[in-house]
Amino acid sequence: MRALLRLLPGAWLALLVAAPLVLVAVMALSWQAEGVPPYSPPWAGEGVNPENLRLLAEDPHYRDALAQSLVAAALTAGLCLLLATPMGIAIARAGRARNTLLGAVLLPFWTGFLIRIGAWIGLLRDEGWINSLLRALGWIDQPLPLLYSNGAMLLGMVHAYLPFAVLPIFAAATRLDPVLEQAAADLGATPGRAFVTVTLPQLLPALAAAFLLVFIPAAGEYVIPELLGPADATLVGRVLFQEFFQNRDWPVAAALAVALLALLIGPIILFQRLGRAA
Amino acid sequence: MTPRWLRLAMGAGIAFLWLPVALLVAYAFSADPVPFRWGGFSTRWFAALAANDRLLEAAWLSLRVAAGAASLAVLLGGATGWVLARHGPFAGRAALGALAGAPLVLPEVVTGLSLLLFFVALEGATGWPEGRGALTVLLAHATLGTAYVAVVIQSRLASAERDLEEAARDLGAGPATAFATVTLPLMAPSLAAGWLLAFTLSLDDVVIASFVSGPAGTTLPVALFSMLRLGMTPEVNALATLLLAAAGIALALVGWLLRPRDRN
Amino acid sequence: MTPRLSLRAVTRRFGAVAALDAVSLDVAPGEFLALLGGSGSGKSTLLRVVAGFEAPDSGTVALDGADLAGVPPHRRPVNMMFQSYALFPHLSVAANIGYGLRREGRPRGEIADRVAQAVAMLRLDGLESRRPDRLSGGQRQRVALARALVKRPRLLLLDEPLGALDANLRERTGFELRAIQRESGAAFVMVTHDQAEALALADRVAVMDRGRLLQVAPPRELYERPATRFVANFLGAANILPGTRTADGALDCPEAACTLRAAAPVPPGTLAAALRPERIRIAPATGDNTAAGTIEEAAFRGESSLLLVRLPGGALIRVSHAEEDGAPPPRGTAVRLAWDAEAVVPLAE
Repeated sequence: MRALLRLLPGAWLALLVAAPLVLVAVMALSWQAEGVPPYSPPWAGEGVNPENLRLLAEDPHYRDALAQSLVAAALTAGLCLLLATPMGIAIARAGRARNTLLGAVLLPFWTGFLIRIGAWIGLLRDEGWINSLLRALGWIDQPLPLLYSNGAMLLGMVHAYLPFAVLPIFAAATRLDPVLEQAAADLGATPGRAFVTVTLPQLLPALAAAFLLVFIPAAGEYVIPELLGPADATLVGRVLFQEFFQNRDWPVAAALAVALLALLIGPIILFQRLGRAA
Repeated sequence: MTPRWLRLAMGAGIAFLWLPVALLVAYAFSADPVPFRWGGFSTRWFAALAANDRLLEAAWLSLRVAAGAASLAVLLGGATGWVLARHGPFAGRAALGALAGAPLVLPEVVTGLSLLLFFVALEGATGWPEGRGALTVLLAHATLGTAYVAVVIQSRLASAERDLEEAARDLGAGPATAFATVTLPLMAPSLAAGWLLAFTLSLDDVVIASFVSGPAGTTLPVALFSMLRLGMTPEVNALATLLLAAAGIALALVGWLLRPRDRN
Repeated sequence: MTPRLSLRAVTRRFGAVAALDAVSLDVAPGEFLALLGGSGSGKSTLLRVVAGFEAPDSGTVALDGADLAGVPPHRRPVNMMFQSYALFPHLSVAANIGYGLRREGRPRGEIADRVAQAVAMLRLDGLESRRPDRLSGGQRQRVALARALVKRPRLLLLDEPLGALDANLRERTGFELRAIQRESGAAFVMVTHDQAEALALADRVAVMDRGRLLQVAPPRELYERPATRFVANFLGAANILPGTRTADGALDCPEAACTLRAAAPVPPGTLAAALRPERIRIAPATGDNTAAGTIEEAAFRGESSLLLVRLPGGALIRVSHAEEDGAPPPRGTAVRLAWDAEAVVPLAE
């Protein structure tokens, strides 16, 4: 019974997590081909294909996509951290309102992120709510090109990932001893100094975890750049979709996945270390 | 004690999270065919939605897939979390932990692509599953959900005192009885929460479903995504409002189920 | 008479550390034994070995003469009260208490009766339908005790049963525990790190350190005649004076600049002597078992004052000065101290 309990989930996960990842690695070394499915594997006669990975390293189109993704993810995570830090601390200190406020932050997560992106489309587009409002106020004549911009994309990403950043900071802030700040004040620190010298250092691991918790999924984000970003915001998730669905170049798409994983493996390991320490 | 600027920042953050959603709901009741423009109160877009067979079909499929995936995830993830928390060291424990944790940190595009390649290869080798559709989406979502449920259960069991199971054994319960009378009831709220989490993840997923669904298995998020690509319509507002209401009711139900059941 | 519990050379190792090092111990039926030791002394491991949660690496554990090796926890006629109480949070008080009886498959009526009895005995009336998180610390403690006792175990193990209670409750609950033990007739083995608790409640106290049993004795004997320096230290407040044995069986003590002479010649191998503060008096005497000193500090303690007296050899010893003997001399006073030969307790190790 005990062995069966270990074996069954283990087999499932080996089959549907490990084996697929191996297949991605194999695909990255395969050849694009006419047919269904549109590839021929390394053992079909042509041998290992190093071209896909070399292409990623040399072609600026792919290099830019990877770089842009990391920049967008870092910006998103940084902005989330800026908002989430005061939110997490304030909610942790909210006393009886704590659970209600936490619910207010987490509830949007349960409402589905497509819906929230849809709302931003309605707010930001040319005939949207914001432009209509500004026009009604007489501030502008022509609608501002808000939607399909890098700004809109970042806004949508921050909105989607903010709850993820609040959670670890909130959890760490609840474990803070409020007496420590009082001790700092007693020793002559202003509230600001006490925050910077006592509170913030204790929250550092949680801040790092929050940053990575946003950064890692944001780096591979596809839907938000597609719906809110400009056409030239070719983040890696979008390029991967293009290669796979439009160009039907499965090996290059797989190579992109491998490259994305290679770039994220450091942050992922760091994140898991932080999780274990907490 | 809390400085004013902290509370202000918190208020601003929560407003930022809620404002778009609140406007979305408000304008779902606008008669104007341009979304987010007030044209008087109307429920016409809800009526239009009720007549949209394509969306309704996608919604029905999504609910079934999400329920099936969540149920499978609770079984597999519950077992995984329990094994990781309670079986002590065994051969392959580290591997099981890594496999259960991987879907949580892998970018969606990688998970989606890898699962599609797996299903294609599996079909090539065994003839099953025949093409991609609801079944492959369900299997993919169940895998993702398993990882989340395993984490929830493992952390619940790690914090629950081991003493409780030992106390049951001490009072004469065999291992199976101790599990059934003590461990399982303690896990039940977490299993329910895990089910809901897996259900929501499935109902919210565009990327993985785009890879593994194929034309026969268009889920609601995939349908919604293709609608949003063409821009916003008031129908989407109405649909979003309904989904919000459903999420609210589900959460209230869970809160009621997990309420402290003490008469005193 | 067969002992209720009998441990023979029980050893349990965790890696390189021996949590139990060849422990042999007998507990008589109806006896209340306290296992006293600091954290890491092995006392909790001993309890878990008897309950069946840890298997000994070697040695035997027998209950009423029957070897318990290989018997799983749920088949042992032994019950345990956990330090955390381990009350099932999803079950009411009555369901918690009845849990073990349901596992025995007793008829409903009998379970209800015995739970009611246990509820009455432990004054839990009116709380039967409450959940553990709605109980006070003292109530939880009594539920945990009731849950273990209701199975009528031949041996009850208690892991720091008073540890989670505040000081007020502790004294009263201690007396109750004693009364319940007499009433139930079961043998009790209690683990504690609190020497006062062990001395107050137990028929015999077993002192443990680093996996070994140092001394097993009734409380008074343990207090009066600790066998080793560790035991004397652990029981607290004794002055320990190192010295060398003289040819005629006295102890020459350079730190105190005096010679200690016990009622009987001290055995060879004696390395120190314990001297309780309340056995030392201020008196103008000379010779063996007296010393000169200067009062360095005095602390008023109600029925007595505690004096710290510096001896010429450098040692600082504690002297308890009873209030009925009048106010103690002020700080800085030179005094002479004296004690009876019976007060000198030779210590090995």
